[in-house]
Amino acid sequence: MRNNLLRKCTVTIAGWAVALLLFFPIFWMIVTSFKTEGDAIARIPHLFFSPTLENYRAVQERASYFHFAWNSVVVALGSTLLALVFAVPSAYAMAFVPTRRTRDTLLWMLSTKMMPSVGVLVPIYLIFRDLGLLDTKTGLLLINTLMNLPVAIWMLYTFFKEVPREILEAARMDGAGRFHELYNLLLPLSMPGIVSTGLLAIILSWNEAFWSLNLTAAKAAPLTAFIASFSSPEGLFYAKLSAASTLAITPILIFGWISQKQLVRGLTFGAVK
Amino acid sequence: MVDRLITYDPAVYEAIGRKTWRKRLATISLKMPSIAVLFVWSVIPLLMTLWFSFQRYNLMDPGRKGFDGLGNYRYLLSDPSLILSIWNTVLLVGAVLAITIGLGTLLAVLFDQEFFGRGIARVLALAPFFVMPTVNALVWKNMMMHPDNGFIAFLMRGIGLRPIDWFAVAPLASIVIIVSWQWLPFALLTLLTAIQSLDSERKEAARMDGAGSIAMFFHIIWPHLRQAVAAVTMIETIFFLGIFAEIYVTTSGGPGFASTNLSFLIYRYALLEYDVGAASAGGVVAIVLANVLALFLIRSFARNLDA
Repeated sequence: MRNNLLRKCTVTIAGWAVALLLFFPIFWMIVTSFKTEGDAIARIPHLFFSPTLENYRAVQERASYFHFAWNSVVVALGSTLLALVFAVPSAYAMAFVPTRRTRDTLLWMLSTKMMPSVGVLVPIYLIFRDLGLLDTKTGLLLINTLMNLPVAIWMLYTFFKEVPREILEAARMDGAGRFHELYNLLLPLSMPGIVSTGLLAIILSWNEAFWSLNLTAAKAAPLTAFIASFSSPEGLFYAKLSAASTLAITPILIFGWISQKQLVRGLTFGAVK
Repeated sequence: MVDRLITYDPAVYEAIGRKTWRKRLATISLKMPSIAVLFVWSVIPLLMTLWFSFQRYNLMDPGRKGFDGLGNYRYLLSDPSLILSIWNTVLLVGAVLAITIGLGTLLAVLFDQEFFGRGIARVLALAPFFVMPTVNALVWKNMMMHPDNGFIAFLMRGIGLRPIDWFAVAPLASIVIIVSWQWLPFALLTLLTAIQSLDSERKEAARMDGAGSIAMFFHIIWPHLRQAVAAVTMIETIFFLGIFAEIYVTTSGGPGFASTNLSFLIYRYALLEYDVGAASAGGVVAIVLANVLALFLIRSFARNLDA
């Protein structure tokens, strides 16, 4: 019995040590965002300081934070919706009317993710330049849709697979057509799966950095690119960087915590549930 | 059954045929848009990259354009930074994979134990994965690893060591640390989910049979984890081959080319030197590298799949 208690204490201490260690940089960033710039660069960190909201004001006033936040919102939500519009019907077709080639089709979709973005940077850049899509929200939105489409299809496919087929069979007996079946039966039944797929797609596009950095500038830059502009600092900037960063990651942190279980299924293409 | 059908009126036959044909068309029309879009997305840019890789084409000098044979590839191979950046890419992917999967397995076993406040601890441990890469890299660069006012420098001074300038002394290792911090939670969460899907009866039975913790891990947990490890390896490799933002905001590939990976090298050719030809040849190299890896990864992943 005493052995058991000792064991539990050890595990508790180890578990919390790991958790706090991993969370520390985020904690430190949040704390710094409430410091003055002077406090922020102190060589011996000030544990006690009078918190200020000055940095949050400065980030909006001097760098118009909300302009970039709005770009992120439009791109993330827009690309997610568009990806779902494409993914839901095809995942449905593959889950419920499988053919001999369905498995190969799915693996081929997965293999499109193996194409390194940088391998097609030049053509995409030139196509965007010629179509006038450089530094536009539309362009970035389209790229994010394409990046997330395979993941969305896979994730939805695994969710649709779990819908009891008897219910759909019954509807089919009643003479319901394919589209009716999809919109009136399957969608309500698999709403939780669709919502988690949407959340994952939002997280992935919100944090996408490669295309954001290469295809956008001041006009359409989302938060990932905006934060990167802090890499060439002018004067004192630690506290402001922290404030901007805290604002940028908070919504996604919350989404991520909500959807952590389904996220595993989506990112491992259904291999781990 | 067949006999009966044959004796029926041909009109019935035709009706059956029409119905399945219409059904099949409906199904195809559901999946065709995605397939078409993904096909265009995966083929057209690829062909363009191939085409440009054989062209002499610099955006700064648009007049001098034309077929150049293997010129770009010869130029690329004569550039010592290519081999270095491939080596850096392999090191980066290998090191972060080893760290995240090794530590991730240990931590997953730890978080599988009941302990006080486990739910909250898990939420905290998971957080780094949701931090965008540019925030991650800048926080580590400025607030953790900075030689003057970084937290690590503070700790090192506290125990009497001289703080080091991480990005100057060990640029690639610093990036390994940054990326590992971001992806360790993903490995942890995935492996933990896999362990927890192992039914407790089997674990209980093994314990009854007197299996110790270590025997338990190697005989029960690890075989069960193999599939999850294959999945984590695949998805992490996809992301690690394309690491870019972390390098972009911290070292810019330097000092020299010490932390330049293939992604960053191609970016330099393309958007800093405007050399479309060389960048495309580099792109082809990156695609070949990724596909060689993909061949193994997707195969081992698909073997474990019940699709």
